[in-house]
Amino acid sequence: MKKNMGYKELMHGDALPAGTAAEFQTGDWRSERPVFHKDKCINCYFCWIYCPDSAIILDEEKKVVGIDYRYCKGCGICNTECPTKPDKRAITMEPERK
Amino acid sequence: MPILAKTGNEAMAEAMRQINPDVVAAYPITPATEVVMIFSGFVADGLVDTEFVAVESEHSAMSACVGAAAAGCRVMTGTSSQGLQLMSEILPIASALRQPIVLCEVNRALSGPINIHCDHSDTMAVRDFGWIQIFSENAQEAYDNILQLIKITENESVRLPGMATTDGFIISHCMEKIEALDDNEVKEYLGEHKKMNSVLDLDKPVTLGALDLQDYYFEHKMPIIEAMKNSKDVILKVAKDFAKRYGREYGLIEEYKLADAEIALVALGSTCGTARVVIDELREKGVKAGLLKIRVFRPFPAEEIVKALSKVKAAAIMDRSDMYSNQGGPLFSELRSAMYEAKDKPLLTNYVYGLGGREISLEDIQKIFAEQKEAAASGKVKQLIQHFGVRE
Repeated sequence: MKKNMGYKELMHGDALPAGTAAEFQTGDWRSERPVFHKDKCINCYFCWIYCPDSAIILDEEKKVVGIDYRYCKGCGICNTECPTKPDKRAITMEPERK
Repeated sequence: MPILAKTGNEAMAEAMRQINPDVVAAYPITPATEVVMIFSGFVADGLVDTEFVAVESEHSAMSACVGAAAAGCRVMTGTSSQGLQLMSEILPIASALRQPIVLCEVNRALSGPINIHCDHSDTMAVRDFGWIQIFSENAQEAYDNILQLIKITENESVRLPGMATTDGFIISHCMEKIEALDDNEVKEYLGEHKKMNSVLDLDKPVTLGALDLQDYYFEHKMPIIEAMKNSKDVILKVAKDFAKRYGREYGLIEEYKLADAEIALVALGSTCGTARVVIDELREKGVKAGLLKIRVFRPFPAEEIVKALSKVKAAAIMDRSDMYSNQGGPLFSELRSAMYEAKDKPLLTNYVYGLGGREISLEDIQKIFAEQKEAAASGKVKQLIQHFGVRE
């Protein structure tokens, strides 16, 4: 989208085209990061379904392969929803600053 | 054209039946209860196709209205007083999202103390929320104003929500003769509702109501300001078309025996009817008295008021609410401000009257005109702001 538009250039009624969140990277909001462990993942897609920022990356074969850190805000929902057992968690949370 | 005996509430409900809105979401509150109660009867009897949402509060009512309007529906609701205040959080969102919702508002005093009778404090409290506001003098006007508001609010250069008001009990519960339109006439007059940026348009998906900070909030407020400016012409055009079709004329303001008047009364709503009787009596006695009725309060018809009062010597500005600013009521405050640059202007006196439904009688208006006569003769206003009829 064009930057700094004047009010006459805006869409009617405080509307925006759909999908503009892709232009706004929110990765730097994170204080904790989810870390993906491929060997423990059962590919259930729970993280992919629940992620509010569409930040779970799938490969060409629709397998979960990682986290898109450009958009991940570090909310930890993927970690909470991951059904793998606590000692074999496929997504763990780690502080951004150690 | 059917001639009907209707109270103000029945007239508004009848207009709603003929409009046949897609969605009505409402919660009952005196004295507007009947508007939606009668309408829900129409829904139950299958006389309309409306989805009636019986919500748990007015906050939810207005929220549901905004959602339904954003989905592309023609949407209506009705309320009064505390109910309108409970809608307050959502009212400016409706205008910011440019949703043409039409609200049947029955003017009632705000609590406290708790009171169910007419004054204008509820409607005036939401006057700065980007809603068009039209006041009705009687049931006929209530009916006509609701129909016209659908046309006005849905106009592409306006697309703002609007409320048409009646005075609680004085109009809402009094039976009068009204001339209605046939159902088919209303259908043909209003035409199809046009969607704009509907959230359900899958070919052109949109986000509505996104977070808007220092960078764009201001730019998103300007279109509302512009739309309100545009609405003046649209209100007049709609009124002209209505008069051509059905014979009843409306404007932003209405002058009654004002052209040669030396003293005048400026008022909103049902008080205008009482004033007409007094003016007729005074005219018979050779007193040049007139009335300026303000039909539209938002947008405020400043230029029209200044022009209409330019030859008047003294005018009584009637406010049925105070706003605790020590500057009189809202009508006075805006009218007086509009007069600042005017070369020819009358002496102004503000009468704050009728709070909580206190009667304004023929004798009261005679007294007010007598005071205006005195002011015109002496060139002096006795007291700028009077709280008329209150006991000390």
